[in-house]
Amino acid sequence: MIYADNAATTKLSQTALNAMLPYLTEGYGNPSSLHSVGQAAAEALQSAREDVAACLNASPREILFTSGGSEADNQAILSAARIGERKGKKHIISTAFEHHAVLHTLQKLQKQGFEVELLPVGSVGTVIAEQVRAAIREDTCLVTVMFANNEIGSILPIAEIGAVCREKGVLFHTDAVQAAGHLPIDVQAQNIDMLSLSAHKFHGPKGVGALYVKTGIPVTPLIEGGAQERGKRAGTENVPAIVGMAAALKEAVANLGETAKKMTALRDQLIAGLAKIPHSALNGDPVNRLPGNVNFCFEGIEGESLLLLLDAKGICASSGSACTSGSLDPSHVLLAIGRPHEVAHGSLRLSLCEANTQEEIDYILTETPKIVERLRSLSPVWHDLMNGKRQFIL
Amino acid sequence: MALYTETVMDHFMNPRNVGEMENPDGVGEVGNAKCGDIMKMYLKIENNVITDVKFETFGCGSAIASSSVATEMIKGKTVEEALAVTNKQVVEALGGLPAHKLHCSVLAEESIKSAVKDYYDKNGIEYDHSLFPDCESCEACRMV
Ligand SMILES: Cc1ncc(COP(=O)(O)O)c(C=O)c1O
Repeated sequence: MIYADNAATTKLSQTALNAMLPYLTEGYGNPSSLHSVGQAAAEALQSAREDVAACLNASPREILFTSGGSEADNQAILSAARIGERKGKKHIISTAFEHHAVLHTLQKLQKQGFEVELLPVGSVGTVIAEQVRAAIREDTCLVTVMFANNEIGSILPIAEIGAVCREKGVLFHTDAVQAAGHLPIDVQAQNIDMLSLSAHKFHGPKGVGALYVKTGIPVTPLIEGGAQERGKRAGTENVPAIVGMAAALKEAVANLGETAKKMTALRDQLIAGLAKIPHSALNGDPVNRLPGNVNFCFEGIEGESLLLLLDAKGICASSGSACTSGSLDPSHVLLAIGRPHEVAHGSLRLSLCEANTQEEIDYILTETPKIVERLRSLSPVWHDLMNGKRQFIL
Repeated sequence: MALYTETVMDHFMNPRNVGEMENPDGVGEVGNAKCGDIMKMYLKIENNVITDVKFETFGCGSAIASSSVATEMIKGKTVEEALAVTNKQVVEALGGLPAHKLHCSVLAEESIKSAVKDYYDKNGIEYDHSLFPDCESCEACRMV
């Protein structure tokens, strides 16, 4: 089996598992307890907080543990909105291709009277700092722009966007769920006020993440209750998961340069190989691109059937087709970069990790063209394209 | 993937009666590429009996399986028997479909009807037009 869906989730690393095991067994204390068992858990929590902070060049007090990327995104955006509201600022800037954890939170705020402006991302799938500058108004309370896109892999100019926000005095949040552990992050150098990350995207456990909030920015709790996380997130901490996240992040960051180099080489082979399939197109920024992301549209076929046939060949991938999302529309990300519906349905995302091998890439490159060809042979759309009844888009 | 039954996977992996047909007596095409599903059904009809069927489908696994099973259900049947095939029977023949994929079975039913309608039109055979709703009013694509 070849796992090429690491943007969806990753395998827990041995390092993370080893770090977690003691807290799933003997170290079961509640960090809020005064006794020694509880205090051992509290120390583990503190040490995890220091490790996560160090990976971001933040201070430990600026790290808030959450249940994952979605919660971190929700909390960052809602907190910024509450701050803005108090000052009568109700304008928020974001992009058209954010994750739903961001977009749906913004929609909720829209219903509460906020004005949300989604910047277009162009055909490459990125925004530039000047777009953000031009959109900022007197009443802008937040700019939230993702660090890297989960579907098409574009890496955005976060440091530049952050600099514009600093200059204009506007809060800046970035959803770095696809970036953390994969790209260098330095919240100070990159002018980031708030940042979301999620452990299961860098070989940590699922259901745990973190929100970095720069000192001095008041955070609104989403969950009320005890005084955990200094009153910003109630509920007994998931100690094993948090410890596993810290171990996974530390490991990923330590090996980041080396891993990125290896993955980029494999990624570029995949891109070059798949580009040979006629009437196909790469989605996302070809240059500023996540080391593991490959995303193509193949004209004349539909993505779900492509995934099923790949799965039958032992290749796990994903697609932005409507059929895979359970909705009528294909991925909003592909639509945002201007892919028409009929082409967006035929998309394939392969996302690699450091465990993928040269043999696996070779195998994917032998099987995928055959599968695309097979589906095209069944496709009335393809036949119409071939006999000129329909115009090729790609 | 356990999303689909074994029968669905069998029809998807080994589709029956797939391809284009030379000089069909009736052709029907339903759905649209925008929604992500198009089914095309070709019929060969002799003495009111469907002697051969072929299909082509652009769509997900359940769309391909639905059209494949539908061709098996109408091959050798009279035109009237083919018209009586419902999407429910298609679903049953597949051993079930996930709720959000039921529209694929509707498209299979519609593609048969559309091909028969084309046969009627080409041969000047009278029929009740209300039995053949057009694609726009069918709403099957909206069934998600
Ligand atoms: C960019 C992005 N943001 C947010 C999330 C949500 O993270 P989680 O699954 O941890 O809630 C994901 C993962 O699916 C993601 O890729």
